[in-house]
Amino acid sequence: MSKDEVMKERHLSWLSGEGQDGDVVLMSRVRLARNLKQLPFPSRADFSQLLAVRTQVEQIVPSLSQGLEVEFAGLNMEELTPLERSVLIEKQLATPALMKNPQHREVLLAEDGQVSLMVNEDDHLRIQCLSPAFDLDTPLKKAFAIDDIIESQLDIAFDEKMGYLTAVPTNLGTGLRASVVLHLPGLVFTKNIGSVETIAPQLGLSIHSLYGEGQEAGGCLYEITNQLTMGFSEQALVENLKSAVREVVAHERKARKALALYMKDRLEDEVWRAYGTLRYARLLTEKETLELLSWVRLGMNLRLMEVGNPDCFGDILLVSRTHFLQNLAENENMSKNEIDRLRAEQVRKALLGKE
Amino acid sequence: MLCDDCGRREAVVHIVQIGPEGRKEKNLCEKCAAGYGEFMPEAQPKRNMSVDDFLKGMFRQPGEQEEKHRQEGEPLVLTCPNCGMSYADFQQTGKIGCSVCYGTFRRQLEPLLRRIHGTSTHSGKIPRRSGGTLELKQEIKRLRGELKEKVAQEEYEEAARLRDEVRALEQKLSAKEGGEAHV
Repeated sequence: MSKDEVMKERHLSWLSGEGQDGDVVLMSRVRLARNLKQLPFPSRADFSQLLAVRTQVEQIVPSLSQGLEVEFAGLNMEELTPLERSVLIEKQLATPALMKNPQHREVLLAEDGQVSLMVNEDDHLRIQCLSPAFDLDTPLKKAFAIDDIIESQLDIAFDEKMGYLTAVPTNLGTGLRASVVLHLPGLVFTKNIGSVETIAPQLGLSIHSLYGEGQEAGGCLYEITNQLTMGFSEQALVENLKSAVREVVAHERKARKALALYMKDRLEDEVWRAYGTLRYARLLTEKETLELLSWVRLGMNLRLMEVGNPDCFGDILLVSRTHFLQNLAENENMSKNEIDRLRAEQVRKALLGKE
Repeated sequence: MLCDDCGRREAVVHIVQIGPEGRKEKNLCEKCAAGYGEFMPEAQPKRNMSVDDFLKGMFRQPGEQEEKHRQEGEPLVLTCPNCGMSYADFQQTGKIGCSVCYGTFRRQLEPLLRRIHGTSTHSGKIPRRSGGTLELKQEIKRLRGELKEKVAQEEYEEAARLRDEVRALEQKLSAKEGGEAHV
């Protein structure tokens, strides 16, 4: 898998929309933070130490691909342009922390796009496993398998009392961050999202909008993550998240049902208008695309409409991203107008399922 | 634009004073503006307050442990022998330097962890290699806790079973540790 393929790939396997509770849950993610013994954490390490971490991690890649039966491709941050780095972030394969100082930072990507190992991010190693729809068990199992292979060859920083040692004390213990991305138009339009936001912290979870903040929450997409990392086993933390998500999903479905029942005409109108705009508009901004897309997805889930390409949601989500478009056009200096034009064009293609 | 008062630094605060003499506008730098009293707004924090910022604040409050140190007259300037980070560095960045730091600053960090996580004891996955005999130790600890509970509830049969289990594990542990010592 070459760099260009990673950058321009239009389909995100972890956003396929298939799977359990796929009508509400877009994707599930598990991240484990791990560090090597002795070596300072990336924020305090010098170049030779960062290099040492990178070399050690790279050495275990062959056993990883053997153990998981999947090939890994290494993307060295220093060799990427800033634009390409941003595309990786948009694809959720890397984090901004990895980009700030690109020296000896690297992302190791599995060919199926569902595993990415970030080297020298906040921690020496972040193991990230993604999965479409509501499925935290598969990524957790995968992350554990990767972790087992790594720890069989490298000395991982661990303390009998405090668990896995991490660069930030909020990750200490299990080093686990499990999260789920939800599409919650029902709760947003019935104005119930606020109560979910208030309840989440009481359950040791945090909820934030995936794109934009507060009022501008784009596309009704929210991410729920565990806050605590210590004192519970990984399974217990994931179970806690799962039960909360199940509850949110139930409420979302109820809200959608109510919308479909009491406001059927208006809802249908909104949904088809959104579809019409996505289908025929010649200029689309990022924000508008997200909003329209949210309506169309809701319409499809409620069976108010059929779309040529039912899998188009993830693809459109990706082509709505500015950096992805710029990289696709191989032009960093596009005007806003040009970007909006290209976006509209790409959305049309994705909607019809044409390459 | 330079500050109206000192004329040296960049003016970042703009105030309008309405007094008996009428309306007076002033452009001030942060330093001079601070002299204008309590009604002055604080420098605007960044819109996104990150967890790091929050932690920094928490770390700066002296913990009970630290107070005790002060009273006992122990030196407070701790530095990590491995990476050279001092506790003051940590208070500033909210980030820890290396894995050895956790040992160095254990006494300062533990109360903090309890504040963040509600506990300071890990109970999850354990690396088989660097975890050593921890897996056994944790199991024994867990069983002991259960044993105590059962005794308190006067369920002696169950308690006896747990006691035997703990004993068996302890033997296994000592055998393992002994074995390692011989190697």
